[in-house]
Amino acid sequence: MASFSKFGNDLYTGARSFDIVGKRRIWFSIAGVLVLICILVPVFRGFNFGIEFRGGSQFTVSNVAANPSQSLATKTVEKLVPGQVPTVAIVNGVNTTSVQVTTSQLNTSKTADVQLALANAYNVPQSRVAATFIGATWGQDITQQAIRALIAFIILAVIIMALYFRTWKMSVAAIIALFHDLIIVAGVYAILGFEVTPDAVIGFLTILGYSLYDTVVVFDKIRENTNEDGERSVRTFSESVNLAVNQTLVRSINTSVVALLPVAAILFIGATLLGAGTLRDISLALFVGILSGTYSTIFVAAPLYALMREREPNIQKRTKRTTIARTTSGAVR
Amino acid sequence: MARTTPAKKALRSLAWLGVIVVALIGLNVYNYFVAVVPAHTVRVATFAPKLGLDLAGGTEIILQPELASNQQVSDAQLNQAVAIIRERIDAAGVAEPAISTQGTGSGETVVVQIPGALDKQTVSRITKAAQLSFRPVLVTDAASSSTVGSSATPTPGATPTPTPSLNAIPTSKPTNASDLAYVTPALQAQYNSFNCKSAAAANANLAPKAKPLVTCDSTGTQKFILGPVELDGTTITNATAAAITSSTGASTGGWGVDITFNSASGTKFENISTRLLPLASPRNEFAIVLDGQVITYPQVQGVTNAPQITGNFTQDSASTLADQLKFGALPISFKILTSNNVSATLGTASLFGGILAGLIGLLLVVLYSLFQYRLLGLVTIASLAGSAVITYLLITYLSWQEDYRLSLAGVAGLIVAIGITADSFIVYFERIRDELRDGRGLESAVEAGWKRALRTIIASDTVNFLAAAILFLLAVGDVKGFALTLGLTTIVDVVIVSLFTHPILQLIARRPFFYEGHRLSGLDPNALGAVYRGRAQFRAPVAVGAKNAGSSREAQRRQTIAERKAAEAEANRNKGKDS
Repeated sequence: MASFSKFGNDLYTGARSFDIVGKRRIWFSIAGVLVLICILVPVFRGFNFGIEFRGGSQFTVSNVAANPSQSLATKTVEKLVPGQVPTVAIVNGVNTTSVQVTTSQLNTSKTADVQLALANAYNVPQSRVAATFIGATWGQDITQQAIRALIAFIILAVIIMALYFRTWKMSVAAIIALFHDLIIVAGVYAILGFEVTPDAVIGFLTILGYSLYDTVVVFDKIRENTNEDGERSVRTFSESVNLAVNQTLVRSINTSVVALLPVAAILFIGATLLGAGTLRDISLALFVGILSGTYSTIFVAAPLYALMREREPNIQKRTKRTTIARTTSGAVR
Repeated sequence: MARTTPAKKALRSLAWLGVIVVALIGLNVYNYFVAVVPAHTVRVATFAPKLGLDLAGGTEIILQPELASNQQVSDAQLNQAVAIIRERIDAAGVAEPAISTQGTGSGETVVVQIPGALDKQTVSRITKAAQLSFRPVLVTDAASSSTVGSSATPTPGATPTPTPSLNAIPTSKPTNASDLAYVTPALQAQYNSFNCKSAAAANANLAPKAKPLVTCDSTGTQKFILGPVELDGTTITNATAAAITSSTGASTGGWGVDITFNSASGTKFENISTRLLPLASPRNEFAIVLDGQVITYPQVQGVTNAPQITGNFTQDSASTLADQLKFGALPISFKILTSNNVSATLGTASLFGGILAGLIGLLLVVLYSLFQYRLLGLVTIASLAGSAVITYLLITYLSWQEDYRLSLAGVAGLIVAIGITADSFIVYFERIRDELRDGRGLESAVEAGWKRALRTIIASDTVNFLAAAILFLLAVGDVKGFALTLGLTTIVDVVIVSLFTHPILQLIARRPFFYEGHRLSGLDPNALGAVYRGRAQFRAPVAVGAKNAGSSREAQRRQTIAERKAAEAEANRNKGKDS
C-alpha cells in the first residue's frame, strides 16, 4: 500500500506524470479503430436479438402430472436445439397444470421434434403439446419510448454540464466519450455473438449513467485545476488538464476496481455456475462498459477537451507565453 | 470552540440519518399493519420486497378480441392494444409486466403476464376498451318505466326491433346534434321498448358514431336517446382523478375525473356548452358515454373547455378511468379467455447465484478497501452497509406503494450500485489525502476535502439522477423499473455520504489513532508523502530520483502547493526530525 500511496503522491505532486494529453494522437487512434470495429461488426454480422425482441415459438405441454420439473424441459430443448436457453414456466390453472416452454422461432420440422421430445419427457401424448407463435414482449413501443427518453436525457445532460462547468466544450467531450462507450459495449455483444436481451439493454443503460458519472468526476478536477492555475500559470492549459487527470488517476483506478469486482463476481458466477442467462447478459455489458467508461474518460474525454480549448485565442496566447518563458529561463540556467 | 463545532455537526447529521431510518422503518411497519392496501396491490405478509415475474411468477391472462360479426382485427391494432395495455399497467406502478401477442391470424390473442395475483381493478384497467364519447341527451327516462307505452313487452335478452312500418328517417334534416328531429317514430319505439339488460344494451359500444343512440346508464336505472357523437375521447390530452369540491372549495368526498382536451376539441366543447346552456331540460344535459354506457349526464351550467366527469366514482375507479382515458382507448374490446397462475421462469438457483455473486463481490470490495485504505476502509464498509439498509427499506416500501418488483436484473443492478456508491467514498478519501499532501492537519483536511468532494459528488449524482428521472418519466416497461432502481441508489448515495461517511470522518479525525496518522489508519501523512505531520513537525520532501534528474528542473518550475511547502520545509529542516 505504501508504494501505491507513494504512486498516488507522485501523481499528485507531478513528480511522476503520464503524458496523457500530449500523446492524444495515440489514444484517439486506438479509440477510433476500436469504435470503427464495433460499428462495422454489427453492420455485417448484426445483433443476435433475444426472444423478447423477435418473438419465438411457445410450446404448452398441458395436463402434466402435478409439480412438473422445469429443468426437464430445459434439458430436453437444449439437447435438440443447441445454443438455446429456453424459458420454462409452470402454468397452474384451476384443475390442470401445464408446462410452458418458450424458445426462439423454430422451423416446422424442429417444432415437431421439440413437440415429440417434450411429450416423451413429460409422458403425455403428442397431441397435448401445443405449439404457437409468441410475439415480442419487448415491443416496438418500449424501444421507441426508450430512445425518446435517451435523446431527452442526452440533451438535458449536455445543458446541465455546460451550465455546471461553464463551458459547452466539456459537455461535448463527455458526450463523445459516452458514445464511445455505448458503441464499444454494443460492438462487444455483436463480436461475441451474445444474445441481446432486455437485461443486456438494462446493463447498457446502466453504462450510460456510469460513463457520464465517471467523466463528471474527472472533469470536476480539471475545472478546479484550470481555474486555479489561471492566466499567469507556469503550466500550459494542456498541462493543467494532464495534471488533473494524473491527480485523479488513483481515484479512477480505485473506483473502477471497486465497481468491477462485484460485476466480475456476477460474470464469473453467471457464466460458470448458471450458464447463459440474465446474470451473464447484464454483467457482460457492465464489465465492458465500466472498463470502457474509465478508459474513455482518461484517454478520450480529457485530451479531447484540451484539444478543443487549445484552439481558443487566449489559451493559445498563454501556451505561447509559458513555452517562451520556459525556454528563456532554461537558457539562463 | 472550533474543536466542538464539527463534532456537534457530525452528531446532528448522524441523528438525522437515524430519523430517516426510523421513519422508513415506521412507514414499512405502518404499511404492514395499518395501511389500506392500494387496490392494485395485494397484501403480502412479509417485510421483504416483492419479487418480479422472473423470480416469483405471477398471473397470466390471455385476452381475446371481442369483435362484431363482420369485424376483423389487424396486427397493427393488436400491437397498439399491447402498447396501451402496457401504459395502463405502468400507470399503476412499476411491476414490469410481460405483454405480447400470441398465435396468428384470426386466433391471435394478447398474453399479459403480471407478477402477483390479479384483482378486479387491475382486470378492468387492462381490458376495458375505454372508448369515450360525448353525446347530447335528447330524451331520458327512468329505466323502470321501459315498457310503458309499448304494446309488446320485450323479453330480456332479445333484441327489440322497431316495427318496420314506423318512419326511421328524420322528416327534416337535423340542424345540430341536439335537434329533436333525430327522434324519429322508429327510434322512439325502440326507446320505449328498450331494456337495459338486453343484448342491444350490451352491444351499445359497437354503435355507429354519426347516428343517434339508445342506451342506458352504467347502473341500468336510466335510459336515454342520445344525439350523435360530438366529441371523441381520443382528443383527450390529459385526464386526472380529482376530489370533487363544493363551491366553497371544501371536499364533498366524491371523486371525479378532470379532462383536458387538445385545443381544437376544447373549442368544440365550448361551442357545444354554449349551445346547450339555453335549452330546456333534458336537452341541456350532456351524456358522457364510456363503452356504450352513460357514466354521467351533467346539466350544462356554464361554458367551459375542460370538463370534469362525475358519477358513481370512488378514488380507485376514478383513477382507473383517468388512466384509461389518458393512455387512449383500446382499438378493440377484449374478453378474458383464460387466467392462470404462472411459475417463476428462473429457478431459485438463479436467485441464489445472484446473491452468492453479490456476497463474493462485496467481500472483494471489503478486502480491496482494507488493502487500499486500511482502517479507513472500515468506514467504507460501514457506509455500504448503511446504504444497503436504507435501500432495502426503500425498496420494501416501494413494493407497496409503486408495486415495485425486484427482478434478477434488478438484483444485478443493485450489486452494481455498490461500485457507484463506493465511488463517492473514494472521491472523498482521495480529496482528504490530497489535502493532507498539501500539508493540512487531519481535521481541517477532512473539512476542506469534504467541501471539494461534495461538489463533485453532487455534480456527478445529479447527472445520474437526471438519467433516472427522465427514463422513469418517459420510458415504459422494464426500462421504467430500472430507472427507479438507479434513481433510488443515487439518492441513497448522497444521503449516506453526507449523513454518515462525512460525520464519521469528522468524529474519527479527532481520535489520536487517526490524527497522529497511525500506520494502519489509512491517513498516514508519511505514507502519503505529505510534508506536514501534525504537531508542527516537518520532514524532508520526497527527493527527486536520479532517474528524473533530467526533468527535475522542469518539475521545479511546475511546483504544486505541496512542493512549495516542501521547499519551505527543507529550510526548516533542522527543527524537524528526519524520517
